[in-house]
Order: sequence, then structure tokens, then C-alpha cells
Amino acid sequence: MPARLASIALAVIFLSISVPARAATIEITMENLVIAPAEVSAKVGDTIIWINKDVFAHTATAKNGDFDVTLPPKKSATSVVKKAGTVEYYCRYHPNMKATLKIEP
Amino acid sequence: MFIRWSAAVAAAILLSSPALQGASAADKPTDPQIAHIAYTAGVIDINAAKQAQKKAKNKDVKAFAEDMLRDHEAVNKQALALVKKLNVTPEDNDTSKALSKQAGDKLAELDKLSGAAFDKAYVANEVAYHKAVNSALETQLIPSASNAELKSLLQTGLKIFQGHQQHAEHVAAELK
Repeated sequence: MPARLASIALAVIFLSISVPARAATIEITMENLVIAPAEVSAKVGDTIIWINKDVFAHTATAKNGDFDVTLPPKKSATSVVKKAGTVEYYCRYHPNMKATLKIEP
Repeated sequence: MFIRWSAAVAAAILLSSPALQGASAADKPTDPQIAHIAYTAGVIDINAAKQAQKKAKNKDVKAFAEDMLRDHEAVNKQALALVKKLNVTPEDNDTSKALSKQAGDKLAELDKLSGAAFDKAYVANEVAYHKAVNSALETQLIPSASNAELKSLLQTGLKIFQGHQQHAEHVAAELK
């Protein structure tokens, strides 16, 4: 049984990169105009929880156009990582807020 | 808080005049005065942004004005909540008065302009205003604030205002 499960898991991984076996949840916080962590790794299929603790509206906007999440003051939002790559993103309203998301396939 | 920043800006403007400088150096502003100055400074930039929303033609200038309105209103809301929490009554003072007077004159001056001339003048003034406010915050208001929460709000304000200044400088460069 374990061997069969393992082979199924392998098959899933090989057959369908877009359906990872285990999706993680990663929190990224914006507080006092700082994005933390400044650099974080994720995998395709993982969920990002964006948490804005500021009284200001922020965005998480990918420089390459992959995502653009709007975060009203004191609100959170979630998004699912869809594409691999190293994505630099920033806040459109406060461009000094910058961070990097490393997405593995 | 944004208001406070604004106050800081006003203080900066006032500090740049020699007469005010002497007075300011001698009399450190109190927390109720700092709160009033910061709030006033925020209101000034909100009013400038509202004017720009009506008159600006360039889309980057319009977007900048929208950013100013959103951030400064958020800071002022925060500032009001803080003074309420601390049970402090903001105290009007010469710096606030001078700031308001100066801002009123500027609004009237900009009101006579239109189109690209307005856009340029508004953004140029935003650069100068944020520079003045940031300098006032750094050298006068933050060091003078005695309440820790007030100081922290001013520090957040400084950070966001520095971003505004860079943004304004960027827009100004694009307009040339």
C-alpha cells in the first residue's frame, strides 16, 4: 500500500505540476510601510495571505504583471500562486515598499 | 497623524524663516501644539489634493493627488483617534496659523492656473511642501514629542511623507 501511494504521488507530481500534492499557506504582512518577510519562498499552488496592518491602503503588485492585490487599511486578502519564477513586487501607492517572492514549480 | 505631519511641514516652513527659527529654537512645541501642527499640515495637503482633483489634467498628477488624499486622510483619522485616546486637546499656535495662512495663499495662487501650468505648479509645491514637512518632523516635531505614541505616529508620518516627496519628485521630473 505505501509503495502504491508513493507511486501515485509521484505520478501526480509528474503528470500535473499545477496540482501540487501539498499546498502551504504563507503569510506576508505589511506594517509600518514595511513588507515582511522581505523575501519568501513558495511553491506553485501555495496560498499567500496578505495582511495589511497599516491604516494606509496598500497593494502587492508584481513588477512582471503576474499579480496585483489591493489591500484596504487593516484588511487581509488571499491569493494562490500560479506561476513559477522570482517575482519582485511593490506597493503601487508606496513604491518604497518592496519585496521578493521566489516561486518554485 | 497626517495632520501632525502637516503641522511639521508648517513648522519646517516657519523654521526656514529666521524670525521663526529663533522663536522655535527657544520654545520647544508641546504635545498638544505638535498635534495641532501635524493635523493642520495634513488638512493643508488634503485641501491641495482636492483642488488638484478638480483642476489637474495629467493622469499621473491626478493619481498623485488621489494618493495624497487617501494617505493624509488616513493619518489624520489616526491622529484624531490618538488625541482622543490620550485625552489631549490640540492647541492652536503660531506655527499652525502661519501654515494655514501660507497654504490659503498658495491655494488662491494655484486657483488662477489651469491645464499644464496648474499641474506643474501643484506638483512643484507638493515637492517643496513635503520637503519642509519632513525636515520639520525630523528636526523639530519628532525630537520634541514627549508621548511615545505621538512620537511613533510622527515617525510613521515621516516615513510616508518621504515616500510622497519621492513620488512628487518623480512626477515633477516626468512633467518636464
